[in-house]
Amino acid sequence: MSSLPRIARALRRTVLQAIPTVIGIVILNFFLLQLAPGDAADAMAAEAGSATEETMAAMRERFGLNLPMLDQLLTYLNNLAHFSLGYSPRYSMPVSDLIGQRLPGTLTLMAMALAIALLIGLTLGSLMAAFAGRLPDRLISIFSLLFYSVPGFWIGLMLIVLFSVTLGWLPSGGSGTIGSDLSGWAGIVDKARYMVLPATSLALFYVAIYARLTRAAMLEVRNQDFVRTAYAKGLSPAVVTVKHILRNALIPITTMAGMHVGGMLGGAVVVETVYSWPGLGRLAFEAVMGRDYTVLLGILLLSSLLVILANAVVDILQTWLDPRIGEL
Amino acid sequence: MTTHPRGVLAPTRRAFLLSTAALALIGTLPGVSFGAEPVQGGTLTVNIGNEPPVLVLIAHTAGQSVYLSSKVTEGLLTYDFDFNPKPLLATEWDVAEDGLRYHFKLREGVKWHDGQDFTADDVAYSIQALKDNHPRGRATFAQVKTINVLGPHEIELLLEKPSPFLITALASSESPIVPKHLYEGTDPATNPNNIAPVGTGPFIFKEWVRGSHVLYERNPNYWDAPKPYLDKLVYRFITDPAASVAAIETGEVLLTVGANIPFTDIARLQASPTLGFETRGFGYGNGITRAEFNFDNKFLADPKVRVAIAHAVDKNFIANTVYLGHAKVLNGPVNPALAKFFTPDLPVYEFDPAKAEAILDEAGYPRGGDGTRFTLNIDPTQPAGAPRQSAEYIAQALDKVGIKTTVRTQDYAAFVKRVYTDRDFDIALEGMSNLFDPTVGIQRLYWSKNFKPGVPFSNGAHYQSAETDRLLEAAAVEPDAKKRFDLFVDFQKQVVADLPALDLVAPDSFVIFDKRVVNHTLGAEGFGSNGADIYLAS
Repeated sequence: MSSLPRIARALRRTVLQAIPTVIGIVILNFFLLQLAPGDAADAMAAEAGSATEETMAAMRERFGLNLPMLDQLLTYLNNLAHFSLGYSPRYSMPVSDLIGQRLPGTLTLMAMALAIALLIGLTLGSLMAAFAGRLPDRLISIFSLLFYSVPGFWIGLMLIVLFSVTLGWLPSGGSGTIGSDLSGWAGIVDKARYMVLPATSLALFYVAIYARLTRAAMLEVRNQDFVRTAYAKGLSPAVVTVKHILRNALIPITTMAGMHVGGMLGGAVVVETVYSWPGLGRLAFEAVMGRDYTVLLGILLLSSLLVILANAVVDILQTWLDPRIGEL
Repeated sequence: MTTHPRGVLAPTRRAFLLSTAALALIGTLPGVSFGAEPVQGGTLTVNIGNEPPVLVLIAHTAGQSVYLSSKVTEGLLTYDFDFNPKPLLATEWDVAEDGLRYHFKLREGVKWHDGQDFTADDVAYSIQALKDNHPRGRATFAQVKTINVLGPHEIELLLEKPSPFLITALASSESPIVPKHLYEGTDPATNPNNIAPVGTGPFIFKEWVRGSHVLYERNPNYWDAPKPYLDKLVYRFITDPAASVAAIETGEVLLTVGANIPFTDIARLQASPTLGFETRGFGYGNGITRAEFNFDNKFLADPKVRVAIAHAVDKNFIANTVYLGHAKVLNGPVNPALAKFFTPDLPVYEFDPAKAEAILDEAGYPRGGDGTRFTLNIDPTQPAGAPRQSAEYIAQALDKVGIKTTVRTQDYAAFVKRVYTDRDFDIALEGMSNLFDPTVGIQRLYWSKNFKPGVPFSNGAHYQSAETDRLLEAAAVEPDAKKRFDLFVDFQKQVVADLPALDLVAPDSFVIFDKRVVNHTLGAEGFGSNGADIYLAS
């Protein structure tokens, strides 16, 4: 059976399930945010350090906070139905612009971190599996556990102290040289210099997970009949490891990586804060502190869409990796 | 009230004296610091910690915006360290002796960044907009009854009652003058100019990349040529304290102000030969830390309990252990940096836990079987850092005298709602700004008519005293400086006796700068001035 119809069927199912999921997420988050004490006017006044009855009332009117809660939700849903994420009075700009400004930076950081994590994780995992039970396996195991258990902000700060403060090789924060008119290759190199440390800090935690998973999956696959058959055919150990063992071991890893996309999108707050990276995680955090629910709902909506998309990609990837998946 | 013929400049007694003297002074300032010639060019990168909500303070008072608003959008006046006014957009000014008429001659030949002429209409519009929309402008300009444009570069304000603080309120970041042609007919609070400003200032707005930076560029047509000296001014928002320190140490940031720098790092940074520390220039902030008592709590309503608490808390411990010495102990509600209104002559509640216990016993709150007299909660403004640590210390200090105290933490918005709207607190550990004048910054906390649930930074204690009200109201309209000072001294004695709040310490504020950055702090506004004089020494 060709894989195309299967993929099409998987996609249709994903889209159909996505719509109620997204609406559910929006409504649930809206009410969750209402539970937080204080509203956007309180947060703005706190930030301003001065307030009067008139300014408080004017702010509540601007934010639409003077309306009953259900009206606020209906207004928001009505905006969504018109493909608008609404307007944030706190940031004085449309939420879609606000998110649009940050999305490219967040996605590249995420992609780079995921790529580093997968690359190093798979390599280390393969090595561990190859030397299972021997010294290299033990050593790599200790290191990966260390990175797994050390908090991200500490790793981030230590990398800054070493590579920025002491050695002066890389910038300590930001996402590019401000005010420079670098373009082309020089521009890419500049951006990459700023991305190395945050992407590494973000990746190290996941390296450990992928390395452990790869090791376990490869050890399991190694003892299966088709591997023995491959060896019996006379294939070289390297080809067997990469094409037969690793490929089959990738199923659990792609599943995990797909789940991590969502986590990295909103959960990179700590790394983004340490490196002053203009990402969505920090924006979401600031939106919570500022009680700006239009911004937060916009980010959560986008995140949920991205998670659904990532899952769809993983589904497709897995049907390609293992033709048995999705046959039923 | 004084009246003057319209359209005619009234050459009154003091009209030009102040301003000419000030002009002579400002002319010498750039050379004063190191006796060197200012250098043209260079980029100054500044870390201000949190990202500001707006870049123009026409309808907002956010602390971080102060450092950005003033560089593009100027005010009528600027000030030396003693709050003596100096010319900026106004070249001459005159206050009538009865304090009811303010007359300004405006600078001619000034253009907005979009090429339009700056005129008295812009000033009239801005003052009205501040009066209608600004969280403090409402009070500052409350007495302004009429704004008369007397000519293209001449304006007068006629007041209902004297407002002695008005002349210090005309700084760029406190009362910015915005272009009428971009604001007229809009809501100033939501005008798009607030995030992409057009002003008259030495720097032109270039870009604001949210979450990353704001970029200003040199205004080549600035009215005070050859200023400004810097080519570019970059603002970064590094929220993480350790990362802020790293940015100073790597030299990526040349000036840090308003960012969260851990006290534990300050001694190390101070040892660096390339870094300088400036503690002056926070005249429009003047923050203090205080513990406010809720009078609606039956224990705290008893003055004896408040006095006992005052004796139980060692303010020196807070200054030395929480702030590591970077704070001054307070005996009253005025920050010593607000020198014109500070008095050292106040009664002191000495640290004496035994005396606190005696007072509590005598007041009828004996220790119970478990050693507890009664229980209280204390809520710090912030869930971490100095406010939290101060609250924890106070809780321990009160535990020792038998008042079982629990520290509750929440984020800032939740704190504001708890204290000012829900009034569900016993002791609130707050940071408050004295601002530039007690009528603007301190009166709001003690005036019984400012007990307004739902309004943040009002009289949260629910303190009511006819005598305090009388002193505050008299001082608010007293044009004579000496009489006004005396009224505020009496006021301070009154609130120290009544103890609606225990004033703890005045934390030091810092500008941490690379020593190549010259002229960043020249007066009370500090780095909140227009920055035209700043240059990078080679």
